[in-house]
Amino acid sequence: MTQERPTKERRLHPLAVRIMHWINAAAMMVMITSGWGIYNDDVIIHGLHFPGYLRLGEWAAWSVNWHFAGMWFFGINGLIYLTYGFATGRLRERLLPIRPRDIVKTVIDTLHFKIAHEDLTVYNAVQKLLYIVAILASINQALTGLALWKPVQFSSLVSLFGGFQSVRVFHFAGMVVIVGFVIVHVALAVLVPKTIWAMLAGGPRLQSPKPSRGLSKS
Amino acid sequence: MKSPFRPNDAPDASVLDVHRPLIRSLERRGLLRGGLTLGSLVMLTGCDVKRPEAVEAALLAISNLNDKVQALLFDPNKLAPTYPDSMILRPPKFNAYYDVTDVKPVNGATWKLELSGLVQDKRPWTLTDLQALPQSSIVIKHICVEGWSYIGGWTGVPLRTFLERTGADLRAKYVAFKTADNYPSSIDMAAALHPQTLLALQYGGQQLADPFGFPIRLRTAVKLGYKNPKWITAIEVTNTYPGGFWESKGFPWFAGM
Repeated sequence: MTQERPTKERRLHPLAVRIMHWINAAAMMVMITSGWGIYNDDVIIHGLHFPGYLRLGEWAAWSVNWHFAGMWFFGINGLIYLTYGFATGRLRERLLPIRPRDIVKTVIDTLHFKIAHEDLTVYNAVQKLLYIVAILASINQALTGLALWKPVQFSSLVSLFGGFQSVRVFHFAGMVVIVGFVIVHVALAVLVPKTIWAMLAGGPRLQSPKPSRGLSKS
Repeated sequence: MKSPFRPNDAPDASVLDVHRPLIRSLERRGLLRGGLTLGSLVMLTGCDVKRPEAVEAALLAISNLNDKVQALLFDPNKLAPTYPDSMILRPPKFNAYYDVTDVKPVNGATWKLELSGLVQDKRPWTLTDLQALPQSSIVIKHICVEGWSYIGGWTGVPLRTFLERTGADLRAKYVAFKTADNYPSSIDMAAALHPQTLLALQYGGQQLADPFGFPIRLRTAVKLGYKNPKWITAIEVTNTYPGGFWESKGFPWFAGM
């Protein structure tokens, strides 16, 4: 039996989070680019086609196969992430609370080019909001994806979104939100490269004690 | 240290010479353009980009696994949503691997439906024979793998009724179809026995028109559009995987909804 040290070292990004982050990054790229390959055969926005160099899969059949392979990685990894995030309290610790005046303050600061990033362990209000939007959009993708994949077996899910063609629009809109998030997320990460290093190596040690039940392993 | 993933015996170097022209052509055009794509960026995460056929094999293996998962998810008693007659699109949407002007009409007077495989009574059927069987009507959504959909109204012989009448082995795995337009197709037995799977003879209360599969076509509410062969000329009940037209080009076989 190993003795648990009283002040157990916590990193900003525990190993489990880092692994899930990079699996998700790859899975999302697969889902987005293969989705564009499927989209092209029956476009939702008239005139919008995704060029070949952006599409995964030589043609629609292979884009479909990529999509239906990637979905397992995206779905299972996402499910484990959310379970982990709720069970360890990480999601609450990192993403809550969000106060409207903090959002306003962050936006004003950003417009004045005051982007505080000395302390990676504290997310600003806009950051928190973006991560929550990305999580909600991902849940939307999983649910609408399930409805598109099995519109008869999950016909009630289809009606919830207002019919098959409407599910497609929700699925497309979710993709747009996620692509928007990825662009901002990657741009800011590149601007502050130590955030990328943190997601690889674990990042700074956390000072504050764990907010809820155990399970923290770094 | 030697990687545990590297094979003990290196491949014969002569394969390089055999594939030299291919390698050169790949180097020339593929690398620069391909290297810039997001798709290849994705593949850098672990797949061997030098052997795309290995990637294809992996994708097909997952696709086969997905077919099994889909069979497990399939509830034989779950009915697809149906719609009022007023919503039927007239005429239906034409779709095939060729243009509507290339449709070769089938002569209903000389047409016969052949039977083979695990069926007791293999006597061929005429259109009149089929019209004499009990008919059923469904107004269901046709969903294409491409994304488009429309509501259609179909009348015909439930495939289950037909299989029972001919003494087909209902425990067999597959029901396969041959068609006049050379579009082989096949579905699993569970889908074949589903109440919303018809050998359709009519659309919107009228005899099927030539572009939509006269004299008979398959219409099932539990499969994507490409699993609904038109101008059927033969049905086989079998335990040997029969494949299909788009399936042989990479699309998933089960394609269940």
